[in-house]
Amino acid sequence: MAIEVRIPTILRTYTDGAKQVEGTGSTLGELITDLEQRHGGLRERLVDDGGLRRFVNVYLNDEDVRFLAGLQTPVKDGDTVTVLPAVAGGAR
Amino acid sequence: MRYENLLDSLGHTPLVGLPRLSPSPEVRLWAKLEDRNPTGSVKDRAAFFMVAQAEKDGLLSPGSVILEPTSGNTGISLAMVARLRGYRLIVVMPENTSEERRQLLRMYGAEIIASPAAGGSNEAVRMAKQIAAEHPDWVMLYQYGNEANARAHYETTGPEILADLPGITHFVAGLGTTGTLMGAGRYLREHQPDVKIVAAEPRYGELVYGLRNVDEGFVPELYDESVLTSRFSVSSADALRRTRELIAAEGIFAGISAGAALHAGLGLAAKAAAAGERAGIVVLVADGGWKYLSTGAYSGTLDEAEARLEGQLWA
Repeated sequence: MAIEVRIPTILRTYTDGAKQVEGTGSTLGELITDLEQRHGGLRERLVDDGGLRRFVNVYLNDEDVRFLAGLQTPVKDGDTVTVLPAVAGGAR
Repeated sequence: MRYENLLDSLGHTPLVGLPRLSPSPEVRLWAKLEDRNPTGSVKDRAAFFMVAQAEKDGLLSPGSVILEPTSGNTGISLAMVARLRGYRLIVVMPENTSEERRQLLRMYGAEIIASPAAGGSNEAVRMAKQIAAEHPDWVMLYQYGNEANARAHYETTGPEILADLPGITHFVAGLGTTGTLMGAGRYLREHQPDVKIVAAEPRYGELVYGLRNVDEGFVPELYDESVLTSRFSVSSADALRRTRELIAAEGIFAGISAGAALHAGLGLAAKAAAAGERAGIVVLVADGGWKYLSTGAYSGTLDEAEARLEGQLWA
């Protein structure tokens, strides 16, 4: 088993169009580093010097990792990671 | 209860228990029914406060034009306030919002400029900013960055909740402009330091995230991460399922964003119950289901409803 990562449309140029890819690692940071080996360029779109990029949201099993431990958030086999661009929410 | 006029009846909405959805007598869920506001949504609070502040600041006078990007409820609230106060309202609204919203807006006399479905609310915000720059005499209240939006909840929603449930442990609401969570969240935290402030963010179909690149994303100026304890992304499927459970179990006919908040609330309730902790969880019901009937959210199977909702903004 591995960790499933859901990729938004705008980043699928780095995954040959794949909607979801798989990776391994014990933290989110390691997982992203692992993905970079097969999907070159992806890491830079997600992470900068300060951690996750401002307009990128990453969810571990639907929970925003910024409220967990950011790139140090532990991940394990069977988890689902979802990457989404920040949008203007519902704006009810 | 008697009020001098419609605007005076703003707020003071009921907090009702959800006994059938609550896991135990120690872990209880409560719904704050914001559909019981003048135009039927939580946005009446923000609209009234933003207009009142603009009047105080001397930005609005009779006949003024108000411009606002909105996916619906804020527009409807502003349209009501504008009508009563004698302003003209122009809203910039994504074309993938429900027909009911359009009809309501027109009925109140608002004009609608449609923004493209692709890009969702981001695109409406971008267009509105552009139009505002071309019309310096128009007043954009700009709910995403207007402190009066969050203050409405700091001064009304938060105090109402605390008065009704002094033992609150969790407050869960949808995340859009972030005004509800920022305002009510700050107030509750000040008076109940251990309270958990939890955001339920709608996760839409891919069309809505149709940005050209991730640097074009949008974070509302009002948003302050430090107010929140956690933030959950809720899929349309989960939100729909919970919206129907709210009707089936508790008789509450709510909008779909309430289902998203309930989904997060039920997760917190299950966690508290498993840990043997007491919990008083308030879930904010932003509006009723009426404006979403045409989306098909309430008819047929869940799969059918989810398919019909694909690409629509439901919060």
